[in-house]
Amino acid sequence: MVKLEIRKNAYYDSVTLMLISKDLKKLDGVKEALVGMGTDLNVEIAHNIGLATPEFDANVTSNDFFVAVECDSEEVFEAAQKKVEELLNKKSEQKESTYYPPTLEGAIKVDPDLNMAVISVPGKFAADVAQSCLDRDINVMLFSDNVTIEEEKALKEYAYAHELLVMGPDCGTAIINNIPLAFANVVPKGGIGMVCASGTGTQEVSSIIAQLGEGVSQVIGTGGRDLKKDIGGLMMKLGLDALINDPNTKVITLVSKPPAAEIASMILDIAKDAGKPVVVEFIGGDPKEIEAKGLIAAKSLEDAAHKAVALLRGEPLKDYVDFTMGNDKAEAMAKEIAGKMAKSQKYVRGFYTGGTLCDEAMKLMIDKLGHIYSNIPLHAEDKLENARTGPSKEHTFLDFGDDEFTVGRPHPMIDPSLRAERVITDGKDPECAVILCDCVIGYGSHEDPAADLSDAIRTAKAEAEKEGRYLCCVVEVCGTEGDPQCLSRTQKKLEDAGAVVLPSNAQATRFVERVLANLK
Amino acid sequence: MSKLNDLFAKELHVVNFGIESFYKDLESQRVPAVHVDWKPVAGGDKVAAGNLRKLKKPELLEKIQEANKEALRRILAAQPTIVGVGIAGEVIPGMTEDTILHAGPPITWDRMCGPQRGAVMGGLIYEGRAKDIAEAEKLAASGKIKFDPCHMHSAVGPMAGVVTYHMPVWILENKAFGNRAYCTFNEGLGKVLRFGACDEEVFERLRWMEKKLYPVLRDAMKLKGEIDVKVLISKLLQMGDEAHNRNEAGTSLLIRELVPSIMALDIPEQDKIDAFNFINGNNHTFLNISMPACKCTMDPIFDIPYCTVLATMCRNGTDFGIRIAGLGPNKWFTGPAEMVKGLYFPGFDECDAAPDLGDSCITETAGIGGFCMAAAPAIVQFVGGQVSDALNYSKTMYEITVGEGQSYKIPALDFRGSATGIDLLKVIETGIRPIINTGIAHKDYGVGQVGAGIVNPPEECFKKALAACAEEWA
Repeated sequence: MVKLEIRKNAYYDSVTLMLISKDLKKLDGVKEALVGMGTDLNVEIAHNIGLATPEFDANVTSNDFFVAVECDSEEVFEAAQKKVEELLNKKSEQKESTYYPPTLEGAIKVDPDLNMAVISVPGKFAADVAQSCLDRDINVMLFSDNVTIEEEKALKEYAYAHELLVMGPDCGTAIINNIPLAFANVVPKGGIGMVCASGTGTQEVSSIIAQLGEGVSQVIGTGGRDLKKDIGGLMMKLGLDALINDPNTKVITLVSKPPAAEIASMILDIAKDAGKPVVVEFIGGDPKEIEAKGLIAAKSLEDAAHKAVALLRGEPLKDYVDFTMGNDKAEAMAKEIAGKMAKSQKYVRGFYTGGTLCDEAMKLMIDKLGHIYSNIPLHAEDKLENARTGPSKEHTFLDFGDDEFTVGRPHPMIDPSLRAERVITDGKDPECAVILCDCVIGYGSHEDPAADLSDAIRTAKAEAEKEGRYLCCVVEVCGTEGDPQCLSRTQKKLEDAGAVVLPSNAQATRFVERVLANLK
Repeated sequence: MSKLNDLFAKELHVVNFGIESFYKDLESQRVPAVHVDWKPVAGGDKVAAGNLRKLKKPELLEKIQEANKEALRRILAAQPTIVGVGIAGEVIPGMTEDTILHAGPPITWDRMCGPQRGAVMGGLIYEGRAKDIAEAEKLAASGKIKFDPCHMHSAVGPMAGVVTYHMPVWILENKAFGNRAYCTFNEGLGKVLRFGACDEEVFERLRWMEKKLYPVLRDAMKLKGEIDVKVLISKLLQMGDEAHNRNEAGTSLLIRELVPSIMALDIPEQDKIDAFNFINGNNHTFLNISMPACKCTMDPIFDIPYCTVLATMCRNGTDFGIRIAGLGPNKWFTGPAEMVKGLYFPGFDECDAAPDLGDSCITETAGIGGFCMAAAPAIVQFVGGQVSDALNYSKTMYEITVGEGQSYKIPALDFRGSATGIDLLKVIETGIRPIINTGIAHKDYGVGQVGAGIVNPPEECFKKALAACAEEWA
């Protein structure tokens, strides 16, 4: 049947009405619908689609609004009329969308004072984008990886000559003027300035500084290759010089993997004349040269933070190798846990989202464990092939942020689900005694990385228990109370799942060592 | 002290390329930040990126930028003015009885889309050269008829854009440069020749327009003298039109200009009333004024060497064609015309549509139409968008133009001048294609308009033009 409603002398915008006609046709039982003003065009359309009844032709004039519907029943027509009313009165409640300019030129028109670019475009385009920013006197944080070393060199030489920063490539963390960029934690303003060639290592040191009640002046990232011979530590040099000249920086902390020897000497020579204390953490490196130059070498990322804070406060320096909870308490806890384990349980599995943290953990434990199999092994012979899909072997540490795990996926700090699955898989292994994980919070990271991980821990522990084993899960949370995810909330969530939660990566490895040492 | 120490003392203003959440994090901390909706240069096309690099070598780039500035100066200096009406064959340069002008870049009969074929056949019947469709089709295919783009004859035509010898046309003159442009009278909506309809109803209307409407407008314009179209376009942009797909205000403004002169004519009252009602009953009357106004605005930029500004964008339902000012009027760069994304009249859908068609995107070329969507937010509903989308469409166009209008201003953007002078280099660099508001023709001739929406030119024509520029100048 064809039904018609006419409203005399009512006006609605024709485009609105076309949209409504389209929506009406989607209703169940509606075969054809036309909602419109009685213009010549609409009358013609009504004829073409079989809606022009004699009633229509006799009554609809160009000043009238009409609803004509071919439908199955009166009820359907009533529903259609109701729908028309609803759509005519619909209010848009969507938020106004922000304008994103498509080019740097466009961005400069929006804000002519731009002075820092965060670049995370695909690697093959990243150098061009970075250079265009440098051309405009804008400092660069280059998060992108897969930038060639030649490109990095060209960018940094230009930047160094123009006294601009190129933090990266593959730089995940920086805090400039107390603004956390990309993956970084909320750290208070303070007297410690950092220049770092590592991402999560930087987060670890700056977070512990915050946990100890101090803060940072600047945290400058350089990217992992800056201290290689090809690049020559250009950004480490630029950053270090700036911190030396910065009146707000009282203590300087340098963090990197062990650099090329001549670069290390060059950097340490600048540092020794800094006129302010410099703590150096070349992760797993030899402290001799550092100490020979009169600088302070750190034993771990955590130790670097403790020493920087001590220097800032004028307190005596000592290597920090303790447990925040107290050494006796930690020892008792480790002993109790080890006592609950089955005979078959012998090995630790370290599953990390932060590459530097994974590297540090292996370096801290390698002397005690002998071999640690990994996708980023300390010794080539300990390379674990097929790490993503294959099984773990004895003591195994995996960096989930390594290329093998990130093909077609976001970084595990953004999407930690693959790591959570692995916790469950390895929990089933009768030889697995301890699962060690990091949980990195802060800006850039997943909005609640503890949720996924605590579920996995709960499941893994329960399944081991069913098999008559006790699975120990140790987690270090890297972050601060001020982070959006909140340090204490994150810790509580993991503790509630039965994990042993420790405030640093170094303490987590020490605790694992204590558990393994207490196994029968 | 290095420059880096100065940075430590400043407020950080961050620009973010890539992962949007890094920007959101900064925004949530109230850090001044701008996110760039980044795309690789030329969509990652290596050849195009290479050509762009060649053209952006400093010495050449300087010449190009100077040339483009001059183009913008000329565009903004234009004074499009209606100076009268005439009969196509008598006023359009190069027009003969065997010539049929059409929209878009050059095309042969066998490649024409449905509505353009319909309009050509209809045109031949209207001219009395064929008595029916069959005869018209034979004649069109015979090689006796010369098909030529409107654009090669100082003319423009909406949709099929067919102009035949006896059709009446508006005559516009760019008073600043003395060049003219021509366009037929708009026939209204529904079954009309420009959408390829070709039945007796169409011919009857066309004949009435020639015999009755034309003399009224001719005599009225003689009385009136001239009508400054630049002023009308400036006004209509403040009244919710963009002069391409929405012409309600423009048509009303035109009526205010014309009616006193029509009233003053010594002709039968009924002829005046009929003429008035016809114009009044067709919201798109003004489209056929805004198009030649833009055409005569753009033509004077053709002889500027090294100019990379688009002088023409047009389409024939098969190809989309552009011309680059610095390469001259005889070089066309084409790519396949795209389908229009839009809203269809009840009873029709995407399957019924012909590809993008008509010379009407000369309006966007000159900086109005889709480029002024922010001035005509009602248009954005055609694509199911919100008013903020209309604002963003217009804002985005500033990224690919040489400059901004001085007379054509957009109230919702704080009366910012509209984005004007599309720069080929910027289109390639940003990957942003011009936005065009347009009607949708049925793919078969004889049916007419089936909807309206928005469309972009194909990338291909820009890449071809870029290659030609690089070859010529680099």
